[in-house]
Amino acid sequence: MDIPYTVKNRPDTGLYNGKLGVWLFLASEVMLFGGLFSAYIFLRTGVDDWPTGTEYLDVPLATLNTLFLISSSVTMVMSWASLKLNDFKKYKLYTLITLLFAFGFLVIKYFEYSAKFAHNPPYLPSTNNFLGIYFTMTGLHVLHIIGGILVIGYFYGPGSKMWNSDPERFTNRIEIVGLYWHFVDLVWIFLFPVLYLL
Amino acid sequence: MSTDQYKQSFWTKYIWSTDHKIIGIQYGITSLVWLLFGFGLMMIMRYQLAYPDTPVPIVGALLGEGGLLPPEMYNSLGAMHGTIMIFLGVVPLAFGAFGNYFVPLQIGAIDMAFPKLNAASYWTYFAGSVIMATGFFVPGGAANSGWTSYPPLSEIATMGQTVWLIGMVMLITSSLLGSVNILVTVIQLRTDGLTWMRLPIFVWTQFITAFLLLLAFPPLEAAGVLQLMDRVVGTSFFMPSGLVVTGEVMTNAGGGSPLLWQHLFWFLAHPEVYVLILPAFGIVAEIIANNTRKPLAGYKALVYAMVFLAFMSFIVWAHHMYITGMGTSIGAFFQTTTMIISIPSVVILTALLLSLWGGSIRFNTPMLFALGFIPMFGIGGLTGLPLGLAAADIHLHDTYYVIGHFHYVVAPGTIFALFAGIYYWFPKITGKRTNELLGKLHFFFSLIFMNGVFMPMFIQGLAGVSRRLADGGQTYAHAADVIYLNEVMSYSAWLLGLAQIFFIINMVISLFGKKTGEKNPWDATTLEWTDTTSPPLGHGNFEIVPKVYRGPYEYSVPGEKQDFTPQSKKV
Repeated sequence: MDIPYTVKNRPDTGLYNGKLGVWLFLASEVMLFGGLFSAYIFLRTGVDDWPTGTEYLDVPLATLNTLFLISSSVTMVMSWASLKLNDFKKYKLYTLITLLFAFGFLVIKYFEYSAKFAHNPPYLPSTNNFLGIYFTMTGLHVLHIIGGILVIGYFYGPGSKMWNSDPERFTNRIEIVGLYWHFVDLVWIFLFPVLYLL
Repeated sequence: MSTDQYKQSFWTKYIWSTDHKIIGIQYGITSLVWLLFGFGLMMIMRYQLAYPDTPVPIVGALLGEGGLLPPEMYNSLGAMHGTIMIFLGVVPLAFGAFGNYFVPLQIGAIDMAFPKLNAASYWTYFAGSVIMATGFFVPGGAANSGWTSYPPLSEIATMGQTVWLIGMVMLITSSLLGSVNILVTVIQLRTDGLTWMRLPIFVWTQFITAFLLLLAFPPLEAAGVLQLMDRVVGTSFFMPSGLVVTGEVMTNAGGGSPLLWQHLFWFLAHPEVYVLILPAFGIVAEIIANNTRKPLAGYKALVYAMVFLAFMSFIVWAHHMYITGMGTSIGAFFQTTTMIISIPSVVILTALLLSLWGGSIRFNTPMLFALGFIPMFGIGGLTGLPLGLAAADIHLHDTYYVIGHFHYVVAPGTIFALFAGIYYWFPKITGKRTNELLGKLHFFFSLIFMNGVFMPMFIQGLAGVSRRLADGGQTYAHAADVIYLNEVMSYSAWLLGLAQIFFIINMVISLFGKKTGEKNPWDATTLEWTDTTSPPLGHGNFEIVPKVYRGPYEYSVPGEKQDFTPQSKKV
């Protein structure tokens, strides 16, 4: 006996289990980042002088990073669509591009962070609360990116064997990973203006 | 039928199991051990409160010099008692154990929606709880800033606080996995015919609880991460500028706000109250319907009241913070929402009480605990009203009155319901019966001593005795007239501890007793009793997956041969 609706949609909800699970998980992620954004507002409104992002942060690099993430979201959808169209080769290609964009994001983030640490005097999380919340929120976001890379990488490599045994289930898995990846992208879309521009 | 046709080793069957029933039992045993441990901490504290600065007997050697309990350690025990009872004891038992074991059975599912995630959830909880306990062995002892971990005290506290935070982050992750699993299971895996308004109340309560855990816990995770950053990396999120500690100005950047922590913490911790109480409502409702042999009064009212309660629980949190200097208009908002949230609680309690009316009540052990729950929770709930009004709260805040209030909700409230659940479902889990005499002794002694512990707290609190005083108020003018109650409470607590021996003996001898072979000893109507053996088959639960044709509590239906009509009986 197998657990029902692991692959097929349940008629009255129109969802398979994994998809519903990921939506619920994302709801809790909204509350997690929502808590941090609330903390940001609370801290900022609680003090007289709060630096603008441009005083500390590199807007051009972050703009490039924004482009990287948006592009990776597009390729993520393309890879899922390719599976829907039964084109496994295209899936591999688009997933590879997604991974490259994600790695590109991390590389730029690395240069951004190290420029802060190398600055004289160094800009550290403990320097002030703006930098503190910057490092905390982007750091948590980077952890989400790394998590995404691990999962997408797994489905690019060893996990993709499932395409041969159970293509429908595999396609579902890519859809779920995509939902998560879009969410991580969306968090950045909020982080970028809030931290860098305002 | 996947009833373990292949051979499984002890390890794969009982330790790394993905069967919801085994995981439920794992949760159950682990959380009961933690409950006993957390209770033990309290019994040590009660010795110090009754007889300050005298060596503690029996366990004294483990404590400080000469068997004394030093004040710092008293603080540790207090903080860990609260944390352990709530996060390692009651919630994992109510939600992890009962939810895991009975939700799939009651909705006719062969397992949870994500069995592996389920196991991961248990093991994350287990690891988090072990990490939490290692706090006792780090320099400075376990976390000692109260279970609420208010900064700036918690920021300058010893290393145990960092361990506490790491433990909390793991526990929150575990409850996240568990709540997603329960939600998907209830939404997706209900069997044919089991519409929302045919769900047993227990399933409803678990479902709503899962939503609370899913949405209320993450802000505390955010707060935990921020406090970890403060403690480990040196940020100042919760550190105000120019804080002076033992005569020295702190060197951190400052500009943070201790109030921010309180907001994030209580945003979780108020819904957490309903996480503690909702599963208890569910268990009590099942047992009352079963033992009055009549349908629950106001099934739909119960469901709507609980949904409304859960929604409201997200907008009452600042009633824990009236004395932080908030403006009167904000205070008025939170007083209003707090008064509103008491309405669904009263609806629920009234429905349970009315269900008794006209029933032919069977006074067995689970029913006694369920009946005990109603007035005890009533006292807990009603004493909360003065705390929800700012004017009264200014006097009562942080006194023993508060301690009495929330202990009435959780200890003779929720924990009685959990005992009721254990006695009620023991025959289902093991196929054996518990001893009625021992069960009744356990109930009556627990009832008396619970009240012996908590009722005097109201008297002390109204007199103005503060909580968290390591000497029980010896040097405190307000306490002079009521300090004699400390001994009353302490003796009650130790006798309450002794009363639990009836429970432990009962569990042990019943486990080694012989199987009764009855699958439905209580003549119940819900699927877990009517459509599967006791204990249920291995991985797979049902021989034939049942279908549902009627509501959950069709007891004493006119014209039926028996006084109970199973949900799975065709119309």
